[in-house]
Amino acid sequence: MMPLSMVAAGKKVKLLTVNAGRGLKARLANMGLVPGVELEVISNSRRGPFIVAMKETRLLLGRGMAHKIEVE
Amino acid sequence: MITRKITVALAGNPNSGKTTVFNNLTGARQHVGNYPGVTVEKKAGLCKHGAFEINVVDLPGTYSLTAYSVEEMVARDFIIKDKPDIVVDIIDASNLERNLYLAVQFMELGVPLILVFNMSDLARSRGIEFDLKKLSELLGSPIVPMVAQKNRGTPALLDTIVAMADGKIHFKPVRINYGREIEKELDHLEQLLGDKKYHHHKYHPRWLALKLLEDDRQIKELVNAPEILEAVNRSAMHLEKIFGDHPEIIISDKRYGFISGACQETVRSTVQARYTSSDLVDAVVTNRLLGFPIFLGLMYLVFQLTFTLGEAPMHWIERFFSWLSGQISFLWPAATTSPLKSLLVDGIIGGVGGVIVFLPNILLLFLAIALLEDSGYMARAAFIMDRLMHKIGLHGKSFIPMLIGFGCSVPAVMATRMLENKRDRLTTMLIIPLMSCGARLPIYALIIPAFFPRVWHGPMLWIIYLIGIVLAVLAARVLRSTLFKGLSAPFVMELPPYRVPTLKGILIHMWERGWLYLKKAGTVILGISIVLWAMTSYPRKEVYDTDYDTMMTRAEDNYYSAVIKLNSRLGLPPEATLIKQALQAEMTTARKQARFYSRDREYREAERFKDSIVVGLENTPEGGILSEFLEVRDMVTRARNTFDNAVNEGRLKPDAPAYLLLKSNLNITLAEIEYKQPQIYRGVVTYMDSAWIPYEKTVKEINRQKQGEALTASVAGRIGHFLEPVLRPMGFDWRIGTALIGAFAAKEVFVAQMGIVFSVGDDEDGPEALRDKLRKNYTPLVAFCIMLFMLISMPCLATLAVVRRESNSWKWALFQLGGLTLLAFLITMLVYQAGRFLGIG
Repeated sequence: MMPLSMVAAGKKVKLLTVNAGRGLKARLANMGLVPGVELEVISNSRRGPFIVAMKETRLLLGRGMAHKIEVE
Repeated sequence: MITRKITVALAGNPNSGKTTVFNNLTGARQHVGNYPGVTVEKKAGLCKHGAFEINVVDLPGTYSLTAYSVEEMVARDFIIKDKPDIVVDIIDASNLERNLYLAVQFMELGVPLILVFNMSDLARSRGIEFDLKKLSELLGSPIVPMVAQKNRGTPALLDTIVAMADGKIHFKPVRINYGREIEKELDHLEQLLGDKKYHHHKYHPRWLALKLLEDDRQIKELVNAPEILEAVNRSAMHLEKIFGDHPEIIISDKRYGFISGACQETVRSTVQARYTSSDLVDAVVTNRLLGFPIFLGLMYLVFQLTFTLGEAPMHWIERFFSWLSGQISFLWPAATTSPLKSLLVDGIIGGVGGVIVFLPNILLLFLAIALLEDSGYMARAAFIMDRLMHKIGLHGKSFIPMLIGFGCSVPAVMATRMLENKRDRLTTMLIIPLMSCGARLPIYALIIPAFFPRVWHGPMLWIIYLIGIVLAVLAARVLRSTLFKGLSAPFVMELPPYRVPTLKGILIHMWERGWLYLKKAGTVILGISIVLWAMTSYPRKEVYDTDYDTMMTRAEDNYYSAVIKLNSRLGLPPEATLIKQALQAEMTTARKQARFYSRDREYREAERFKDSIVVGLENTPEGGILSEFLEVRDMVTRARNTFDNAVNEGRLKPDAPAYLLLKSNLNITLAEIEYKQPQIYRGVVTYMDSAWIPYEKTVKEINRQKQGEALTASVAGRIGHFLEPVLRPMGFDWRIGTALIGAFAAKEVFVAQMGIVFSVGDDEDGPEALRDKLRKNYTPLVAFCIMLFMLISMPCLATLAVVRRESNSWKWALFQLGGLTLLAFLITMLVYQAGRFLGIG
């Protein structure tokens, strides 16, 4: 188990949980970021936001956001 | 045949091609963007098919129907309250599962639904195959495949709409099973809500129950019954205990689960292409090292393009308006004081024409913005900017409204809706006017070429824009650390795939913005031009403080005494007055004729009278010299005029080859005249240089002084003068003050107003004449200060109004107005005083 921000580009992971307030969590769930969903990190540079693929969707996440997402 | 009227709502995710479908259906011209959130307004259009008149309503693009964003609430309110007969959900077939999430929520609302699988060609090329028949059965809605960009599938969609409205296709909404636990709570709440007391006839009880469990604040406010909310809380707690998560998360999960299940059975992906070409482009464009330079380079290119390519068409428009005002002037005798002529030529053509001249710039700027938007780059720009935006406490998404702000503040303020956090939203809204909008471009386009060398044109414009950006950054920082303290919302955004923009889309976009600009010129600016013209023309000065008549007489006396001095050069006796008499007759006649049309009897009579005097003089013993003098004078004047006109027309600079050619032609013509009549020629040249030209100059000077005095006395002049003590420290005079009044209504009016204040437009035309006047009256330092002040100070009336609407209070709108104007005053004053101290300007 680790935060999404630690995952290197090209790796596939499974979302476990999101450590955020209720509102934000619900918003992310609406976007499809629900527990169990498969994510692939497309690009992860050392600083700033990065891109994940979730099925055909490309999501841009801020670094702060990526810290809050626990994956395995 | 009786036509039936039905309403169809178009819904879909941003970037699903919804707007293109809308255009295909209705033929309406609307912007097709690639960035989430471009379509924020509800748009409607009519189309006919069979016996049906279909009213198509374009809903904002949304990902779901929650109460998190304005767009989603707009969309769901429309469905619930306006009850469209059919909802058509446009689905990007190449990103199916994500897009079906919205469709599922429409099914839960129980509206008749048609699914359009758009971009089915793209999906197929990515190796995705659908079993549409089975999927349609599973989802309980008809599915129409479509390629909207190529306008394929529109007739099939219309057929399906009509068939459904006729009851030939039955819509059987599927009910998602949320699992035993949740269903139990839903049933319980549904029963409670079914009670008459809580009956909300427009809403489906199951949907209400679902939304309440999802903690939807809008629905909670709607229900507003303590017993029910209590029951919802109990249910939520119960579910949380079982699932270890909030009910809304579980509900989303179940929805995605349902979609995934349906897709597993019906969608087959033959190719496992994880990295698309979009990802490859992103690897370069969003690269940590390359991303920012690429972005800055693109922005610089946009400005260069706007400025250099626009030059030639601007010149054409300019020439058209000078021709037009010439044609209109001919309708009146030359010396008319008709207010109507002044209104038409100085007020309307001067004002509106001065603004329309910049249409090419505006079109090019919007062309560039449309390219960035439709290609999908705009979303990446937000990503690249997030690092930077984060430092000033803003959201990367804030960057999009700010970028649109370079076009116009009004849509930019509206685009702040895409920001969910209120603090982010207000901060962005307040600093948007610092993004130099398109309406301010005419001001820079007027001033920069007037004061700065050609190589500096592009960079100078860039510097001005950069100052705006830097100030916006600082202002945002200050706002975020004082008024809007708190963390900004974390950054999450969908990236639309890159697309090659369609020519049609770009052209529609460009034309729409251009048309808006023209409409503004035809309505608001026309009105303002008339008001400002009246403000600068009235009250009219009846009695002047300076005795201009005496000044005129004195100038005339000087002119005639210079003429008498010519006698010796022409070989006439020193006291001979025949040349003076002939010129006097010419001048009297010209003055008289100016009051009449050339077709009037008086006009011709004056001509005949003058001719008789001249003929009489020519018949005196020295008359031969007079006729030769007049003849040579006319030839020289003609030659010189030809040269001047050609130079003005081609805007030739003295070092241009064409200029040199014209100059040598002029010299040859003059040499020929001199060769034939050397003595007379030299006399004429002396006459021109020492009598006629100085006289003309003095007359112009006197008229200008008179005009200035009249303007000082006018309403605008008085306001300008009243403001002058405040404007002085910034290096501005009352004329700039007068123009600033107009600029408040719309920024670009500043240019028109300066034109009127300097009364350009009678004999000299276009920005060149105004630039000349500006150069004579102001230093480059003042010119820079004007641009600076226009950049920072008060937003225009339209922006004020839209900020008031979007922030829902006058407080923020007025705060912005006052704050920015004060900031502009302080900065401009600082720059001007520092510049003066350093001896610049």
